Amino acid sequence: MIAALTTEQQRRKRVVQRVAFALLTLSTLSAFLALGAILYTMFSNGASALSWEFLSEFPRKMMTEGGIYPALVGSFYLTAGALVLALPFAVASSIWLSEYSRGGLWVRMIRVGVNSLAGVPSIVFGLLGLALFVKVLGLGVSVLSGALTLALLILPILIRAGEEALQSVPMSFREGALALGATKWHAVRTVVLPTAIPGILTGVILGVSRAIGETAPIMFTAAAFYMTRLPETLSDKVMALPYHIFVMATESPNYWRTRDLQFGAALVLLGMVLLMNLGAVTWRARVRRRKQW
Amino acid sequence: MGNRRRRLEGSAPAGPPLDLRPVRHAGLRGLGAVLRDRWDRPVFFALASVSLIALGATLFFIFREAAPVLREIGLGNFFGRVWDPTGTPASYGALPMIVGSAMVTIAALIASVPLGFAAAAFIAEVAPRWMKDVAKSVLELLAGVPSVIYGFFGLMVVAPAFQSAFHLGTGRTALTASVILGIMALPTVASLAEDALTAVPNSYREASMALGATRWQTIRNVTFPAAFSGLIGAAILGMGRAIGETMAVLMVAGNAPQITASLLKPVRTLTGAIALEMGETAMGSTHYHALFGLGVILLVIALITNGLAEWLRGRLARKHGL
Repeated sequence: MIAALTTEQQRRKRVVQRVAFALLTLSTLSAFLALGAILYTMFSNGASALSWEFLSEFPRKMMTEGGIYPALVGSFYLTAGALVLALPFAVASSIWLSEYSRGGLWVRMIRVGVNSLAGVPSIVFGLLGLALFVKVLGLGVSVLSGALTLALLILPILIRAGEEALQSVPMSFREGALALGATKWHAVRTVVLPTAIPGILTGVILGVSRAIGETAPIMFTAAAFYMTRLPETLSDKVMALPYHIFVMATESPNYWRTRDLQFGAALVLLGMVLLMNLGAVTWRARVRRRKQW
Repeated sequence: MGNRRRRLEGSAPAGPPLDLRPVRHAGLRGLGAVLRDRWDRPVFFALASVSLIALGATLFFIFREAAPVLREIGLGNFFGRVWDPTGTPASYGALPMIVGSAMVTIAALIASVPLGFAAAAFIAEVAPRWMKDVAKSVLELLAGVPSVIYGFFGLMVVAPAFQSAFHLGTGRTALTASVILGIMALPTVASLAEDALTAVPNSYREASMALGATRWQTIRNVTFPAAFSGLIGAAILGMGRAIGETMAVLMVAGNAPQITASLLKPVRTLTGAIALEMGETAMGSTHYHALFGLGVILLVIALITNGLAEWLRGRLARKHGL
């Protein structure tokens, strides 16, 4: 027989739980607070710098005036290039992992490869880009070298998202297609892949938002401090928005005079990345909810 | 049933026996047909191997560019106490950066691991459904903020605040970097810890509550211990992320290559040294190779922490028979 708890003990248990839960709630709020502080700082200081001219003009007078147009365009080139280079491999990898692999050593090795690649620090990718693309392959400091380096960085993100999307397609869809006489590839192409497209696209958005904000991988492989024109070929250097913020804030000789421009550029980058993330998160939630199978 | 031909009552019409071989053996098929129908498996397999190749290339080229360190500097000198690439004679001791990286990472984790675990417990065990979704979204957004924005925030807000609070010559110190790194590691630690807690079967909680434990007692004495290996995995992965973080640390750590015990002094980290100095060194010089040597240290740490975290997370799944 267990002695019944006295009301005093029960009351104490309740109080302890309430205090503990309050502390857990506060800890979670610290994440809200951090995000709020960053957003507030960027908005309150950067909003005044925003204008159409800021987005559409070249920097002027040693980057103390003017806009961020070439940095925006450069970031777009690098990110689009990385996506074009990585997406076919990523989709094929996730198709193989999810639809064709039968377990065993190779699957484990490829999984270890994907996971390890995801954990490699971004500056090490920068070193790889410098050693392999810039030096050995002779591509120089260029859009192409930067896009290739960023492609390696987002490859594991895209593969994981793709595999998860394919895994969430119910087995009965595949069985139905195969029962109608489709070959494996026919079933994947006409039934499995179209069903998984929303999930894959979520991964694409997350990969793009990661690539657009990365600085370390492009520092030695693509980025230029300042350019008077847009890149014309794949072997030109480019300005990029995150690198632009970095040099304006730390290395520019006029960094104290350009505070507003720095905040403006940071706000534009943060805004783009957060909108993409928010879009991906809410879209994923909607797709999951609407699923009827 | 060996013979699947059905024998009919009465007189079966005499004729050739039914061909019941599987369809794909029904006739001779040319190479063209095989190429048309069977190309998919080998092609997808080859494309899937690209991540392994990429990892292999990373290892190969980083190690290859770092190899001359052994000859030009020597392993003993490379782990020396003085980093002065422009001095005469130049000195390439990586210890100040190793200590700097370790310092800011440990200080960051002291804050973000308890906070991350607590946030994970809140999301997995306490929060109502809608709150859970909101909190997870906030963590995801926080994880998505580019590191250069964290660095910029640290430079503009945290560093000046510390400078005036502690009466320092510069606000760019190890402590500033730790605070920023702590914020950056929080979403990683919290969401992985939440995965670990969610992986604990509900029957554990039910058994504990049936014995009269409160929800808090259940979290503390049942769920957390059951998820222990996964939680440690989350902390280790958070550590791996923090050590490899570059831009934010570069912008706020102050970058003085010195060995110090004070968090209020500037330090240079492994990542910071590479980012800061690679642009100014000639390709193929001793300095260039030494920076790749720092890259090797980073890469090895990243692979070890990653592997360890995977193993611990896998152990959690195996333990609960999932």
